[in-house]
Amino acid sequence: MKITKETVLHVAELSRLEFNQEELEKFTEQLGRILQYVEKLNELDTSDIEPTFHVLDLSTPLREDVVESWLTQDEALENAPYSEEGFFAVPKFIED
Amino acid sequence: MDLSSLTIKEASELIRKKEISPVELTRAVLKRIEEKDPRINSYITVLWDEAINQAKEEEKLIVSGNYKGPLHGIPLSVKDIFVMRGVRTTCGSKILENFISPYDSTVVKKLREAGAIVVGKNNMDEFAMGSSTENSYFGPTRNPWDLDRVPGGSSGGSAAAVSASLCFASIGTDTGGSIRQPASLCGVVGLKPTYGRVSRFGMIAFASSLDQAGPIAKTVEDAALVLNVIAGFDPKDSTSVRLPVPDYTEHINEGVKGLRIGIPKEYFIKGIDPEVEGAVKKAIAFFGDLGAHLEEISLPHTEYAVSTYYIIAPSEASSNLARYDGVRYGFRSPHCESLKDMYTKTRAQGFGAEVKRRIMIGTYALSAGYYDAYYLKAQRVRTLIKRDFEKAFERVDVIITPTSPEVAFKIGEKVDDPLKMYLSDIFTIPCNLAGLTGVSVPCGFNSEGLPIGLQILGKPFDEETILRVGHNYEIHTGWTRKKPPFA
Repeated sequence: MKITKETVLHVAELSRLEFNQEELEKFTEQLGRILQYVEKLNELDTSDIEPTFHVLDLSTPLREDVVESWLTQDEALENAPYSEEGFFAVPKFIED
Repeated sequence: MDLSSLTIKEASELIRKKEISPVELTRAVLKRIEEKDPRINSYITVLWDEAINQAKEEEKLIVSGNYKGPLHGIPLSVKDIFVMRGVRTTCGSKILENFISPYDSTVVKKLREAGAIVVGKNNMDEFAMGSSTENSYFGPTRNPWDLDRVPGGSSGGSAAAVSASLCFASIGTDTGGSIRQPASLCGVVGLKPTYGRVSRFGMIAFASSLDQAGPIAKTVEDAALVLNVIAGFDPKDSTSVRLPVPDYTEHINEGVKGLRIGIPKEYFIKGIDPEVEGAVKKAIAFFGDLGAHLEEISLPHTEYAVSTYYIIAPSEASSNLARYDGVRYGFRSPHCESLKDMYTKTRAQGFGAEVKRRIMIGTYALSAGYYDAYYLKAQRVRTLIKRDFEKAFERVDVIITPTSPEVAFKIGEKVDDPLKMYLSDIFTIPCNLAGLTGVSVPCGFNSEGLPIGLQILGKPFDEETILRVGHNYEIHTGWTRKKPPFA
């Protein structure tokens, strides 16, 4: 399938990424070629094949519900670009 | 004697007998890093003081009779994807340039409990996405065998550091070949354990159903010694398995007589470097001389592996990397208008081109209307690839292939052609998709003196057999003894 600039812009929006005009041209061309390559999978009839989402037979392991100490609030906030009064701080996003 | 050129096995023997001290050994390695690494760039962070302090602590323990085992007092490094308390962990990315982890990854914790000295964090492709280590925000790593060439990737810093004796071994990660391919290109040993064998706790996620940590070492036996320490169930990683951990060196010296070796015809195809093909075929014939049974096998879905991988891995990555939003840690773009603007600018400025490409592919493959055609389709083909191996392993014990279709390529040669770069992993990807274990072992040099690697693939959780096969080859050929001219 042909990838258009509109598709790339839409996927960028979903991915929370943005591109300048030059990057947009390049990504449209490169993504188009990569997606064209992976379409090779359509040569195979897989209608009766179960998907393998994971190689192991996973089950949710259970443990006793015991309280353990982990990061303190200060430690959890240490790497935050901005924090205020013990919270992560972000630009205002609710209208007054 | 240059202490840094010893193997773990040799150095640990000297430490155990108290003939050399961990401080002496660590100083020797740090001195070499200081002299050689400015040209190789295999480290993002070197723990100059911490390593010496830790070595002093370990030395005290050894002197007082508390010798912990073969890694005690041995200077190792880890790919900069493993978090370490109080130390910067960048994952090769601008977005984590100043991230200081408040906790230890299980791999680092286990290494330290075994008394190993972590001397630094190795360079890598950003978020482990790449096959050349050119995608690092901190500049490319150079191959010690030829400084104009790549070391492979994504664990290229780890492989180059081991090859140039800038550590005794390093822990890398392998999602589609990122331990084995750089090991091959740098002339060292790289082991990808079975998914679930080593805990992923504190290892920054790329593609969670494929990522696995493992050792890059100078010899197969050294790799086994490191695996002994890092393997095992971890309550903090629900995908690590509750299987007993054998001593991986116990049977390593047993021979290969009667062992059934499969040679898949799909791995000797047009396009493979003839010198690589020649060296691997010679190695295979050598196993015949040692008494192994050689059998041609077929893995018919091999040609679909790269396509399958480049849907599944980016899909998982696009989901995993959603966490880098500039809120809780990492880089945040300044002067943003709104929350959404902050997310977008942070990610656009914080991620490099290859990471963006993969996020875009993954988001596309998972987006409404395309999920069945791409993601689900790839997971179905994954089943076919897995079945190929299950069928093959009914007849053979291990499978031998080239690790990479080529030797180390020139820096810059493939950076503008992502698809060409992706095809570097053509022989390593199926192992991850099928949940197998694999090891790359040096098997010679081409006419330009560049290393060639052979790959030994084993059944899930049968690391013991592939290590035995690799060790047998190594002790009879001695390729791993050759050092890069630069070093």
